[in-house]
Amino acid sequence: MLKYVGHEVKRVDGLEKVTGYAKYVDDLKMAGMLYAKIKKSPYAHAKILKIDTSKAAALEGVKAIITGADVPNRVGLYLEDKTFLATDKVRFVGEAVAAVAAISEEIAEEAVELIEVEYEELPGVFNAMDAIKHDAPLLHEDLGNYKYGPIFFPKPGTNISNHYKIRKGDIDKGFAEADYIMENEFYVPHIQHAPIENHSVIALTEPTGKVTVWSACQSPYAVRKALSVAFKLPLHKVRVVTPAVGGGFGGKAGTTLEGITIPLSQKCMGRPVKLTYTREEDMVGSFVRQGCVAKIKTGVKKDGRIVAEENTFYWEGGAYTEYGVNIARAGGYASSGPYDIPNVKADSYCVYTNQPVGGPYRGFGMSEIHFAIEQNLDMIAIQMGMDPVEFRKINAIKDGGHTVTGQQLYNVGITKCIEAAEKDIEWGKTNKASGPNKLRGKGIACMYKAPSQPNNVASAALIKINEDGTANLMVTAMDLGQGSNTALTQIAAEVLTIPVEKISIITGDTDVTPYEWQTVASRITYCAGNAVKKAAEDAKEQLIKLGSIGLGLPAEYLELRDEHVVSSIYPDKKKSIASMALGLEMPDGSGVHGPIMGRGSFIPPNVRNTDKETGQGEKPVAFWTFGAQAIEIEIDMETGQIEVIKVAAAYDVGKVINPQLCRGQIEGGIIQGIGSALLEHQIMEKGKVKNPNFVDYKIPAVRDVPEMVIRMLEIPEITGPYGARGVGEPAMVPTAPAIANAIYNAIGIRINSLPLSAEKVLDAIKNNKSVACKVVQNNKGADGEGQVTCGIN
Amino acid sequence: MKHEISFTINGEKVHLEVEPNKTLLKMIREDLNLTGAKEGCGAGECGSCTIIIDGKAVNSCMMLAVEADGKDIMTVEGLAKSGVLDPLQDTFIKNAALQCGYCTPGMLMSAKALLMRNPNPSEDDIKEAIGGNLCRCTGYKVILDAIKEAAGQIN
Ligand code: FES
Ligand code: FES
Repeated sequence: MLKYVGHEVKRVDGLEKVTGYAKYVDDLKMAGMLYAKIKKSPYAHAKILKIDTSKAAALEGVKAIITGADVPNRVGLYLEDKTFLATDKVRFVGEAVAAVAAISEEIAEEAVELIEVEYEELPGVFNAMDAIKHDAPLLHEDLGNYKYGPIFFPKPGTNISNHYKIRKGDIDKGFAEADYIMENEFYVPHIQHAPIENHSVIALTEPTGKVTVWSACQSPYAVRKALSVAFKLPLHKVRVVTPAVGGGFGGKAGTTLEGITIPLSQKCMGRPVKLTYTREEDMVGSFVRQGCVAKIKTGVKKDGRIVAEENTFYWEGGAYTEYGVNIARAGGYASSGPYDIPNVKADSYCVYTNQPVGGPYRGFGMSEIHFAIEQNLDMIAIQMGMDPVEFRKINAIKDGGHTVTGQQLYNVGITKCIEAAEKDIEWGKTNKASGPNKLRGKGIACMYKAPSQPNNVASAALIKINEDGTANLMVTAMDLGQGSNTALTQIAAEVLTIPVEKISIITGDTDVTPYEWQTVASRITYCAGNAVKKAAEDAKEQLIKLGSIGLGLPAEYLELRDEHVVSSIYPDKKKSIASMALGLEMPDGSGVHGPIMGRGSFIPPNVRNTDKETGQGEKPVAFWTFGAQAIEIEIDMETGQIEVIKVAAAYDVGKVINPQLCRGQIEGGIIQGIGSALLEHQIMEKGKVKNPNFVDYKIPAVRDVPEMVIRMLEIPEITGPYGARGVGEPAMVPTAPAIANAIYNAIGIRINSLPLSAEKVLDAIKNNKSVACKVVQNNKGADGEGQVTCGIN
Repeated sequence: MKHEISFTINGEKVHLEVEPNKTLLKMIREDLNLTGAKEGCGAGECGSCTIIIDGKAVNSCMMLAVEADGKDIMTVEGLAKSGVLDPLQDTFIKNAALQCGYCTPGMLMSAKALLMRNPNPSEDDIKEAIGGNLCRCTGYKVILDAIKEAAGQIN
């Protein structure tokens, strides 16, 4: 019986947050602090001819100015293609070209205005399809000289920064066997993470050259590494401290403002330099979710089995794709969705465009590809006269089935998730609309996702047992709101039998807390959870050993119970954890062992590279999470407005560590999914974002919230702590396609691009702009029958 | 030219000299070191800077500090009285009505202003009251639950 894991333990950070006590980076104030502002490029693509900072430098109160010349080293997580300030050219509107530190924000702002930059405008590319043309202007002429990880495949001399391939089975044979072949196309535009906290960083350089940054970031250690490369500093001379983080969603993974504040601070020795982005800067200058063009060709048998699929994804990666290349890879290795398809050819291209920088966003490519995959399935099912739910069940990966990389899976929860969502939404039952000009519809969509991370990324945890029997748990997993501080504390409490309130968790200081690769990819409960469990077990083993000596009983008959080492046979024979925290005191007054410190290290077991040409491999990822959402909507036929009435979500999370927080992740994800489905879209004109504020870029507010029925299934992941899988990102993935499918169900109109805004829906209704399923082969083998124009609406 | 102003904040009297163009939010955060109220947009669009002035919830980023003269202000730091949490703070913790916590101070103050003038609000009243407070994390349902519970409508 578990006592802490699986229970609704209250958030350990609740009190500090409801009292306003929690300190986020912008809340920190330090003696002598300077304020930074950046000078931004007005051009999407231009050569920098000259930067004149002399007038700015002459302004009273200005303490330092930097330009690209001060930060010449290329950095990047997966592909080293960016510098922290533009050097030779600018590649998107809003790119930082210079920065100023001054005694006040106002002076810094004034100084920025005084910096003069001369540009020579270059032709730009503003969508993926233009960018891959052979005569397209190149964003990175030097791509061939950039450093990159071995699992990425840039194409020098083009705008393609990664081409990830899947070749599974025999695609030609698969299509030859198919009774129907259909082709469809989809588009997902750029959106913004829009955490309520904007990016903020403070940097301080000490006389020894050591640099400390206080950064609102998801991944202190990854940031430390990038900064050490950029500034040629050994790792022990870079310290990254992360206080409370006001939401990340991927936008605070990787490095952003650190690289600008550090060189400023190096010029103002001993004075901290703070840079906090405004909302507008945050929406344009930090990561965005990449746009994605998806083309899917599917071969199906009459009985509904998909036998062949050819997927092509073009990711609009923006000006720098140091992170985006891995999204293209994730899109590739998950390209067919949670379905078992024997013959697959997939090509996923990450493409440079003169747009804001694409990066990780909750879902890491899965929302984008599932928008295509899940609508494609509905279009085919409907074309064949099959029920979309049944069609999914036929093709869903079963136990012993294979993913698109050939990985064989067991404990697969997808069918159970479909069944749960089907039941909770009352599939097949049409409800009456709330008004005369309104129509109801239901749609379903599934998803799967694995953490997209290099094979051998590491996690560590340390636990110190204190002499009063309390404990300090140290990790660098960051609680961005998802609740990791609580969940990880629960895991430690479970193993040690020390109550949650007697454990304090310390996170996010690379000088103090042990290594964690990154807080991304819905990997923390799994990876850091395993490390914490191991650390607790290590401490437990030490305690049992000492208990064994102290009690004079063999260790195999001892266990931890209620903060004591207890004999499993004679329960009155026990020794408290507190009494052994600093070592065991012997009857003669001597001591043994010393303080109890638990260490835990974890790397996901047996995750290996895939074949370069085919993408095939037994275990390219640590684990998979499956889920489904069925959604009921109501359309106002006069306005095109969609109201989401009810969402039935079912996820196989392996093991629920904390039901309240797990539900919170899923509810939050659904609402973010609804935002991306109905409201959100970075409107760009020649790469310039036209709506960088919350008036023109709406995110869901309280009135957008539907009824939500959440089911958390527990089909264990054997390598997860207590069987747990990740769920943070999966929560938002199926929402948008399920809504698009529900629209079709309600009014018979197919819209294949996001957002499903009232304007677009109304236009489609009024002008009958439905996209039809393009049938290139019917069951008689004849080509072309039923073919209609396919495009993006 | 600085202006002299006096006001009450969280029960304490304050006299200050402020620049005429300084926002109330900046004054509270920087001059008074009350950093509970946050700047999410600086333009009246997100509600993370919400505080209560003379019983009404306002976006402090949209007011000038000089306008505080003579007013009675409450921020999230003034919500708990002598170490005892406000019922809203309790129910926000109990319902996990917060994740990253960045919207939380503003959300709490909007809810507090509502309950001060209407101790028994309808669901629609609650939605109206927090309609301008954006939360990117929670999905709002738990926030509604927490406010209802604080109003004694659910336990
Ligand atoms: S900061 Fe005041 S409303 Fe957003
Ligand atoms: S809890 Fe993060 S914005 Fe509301």
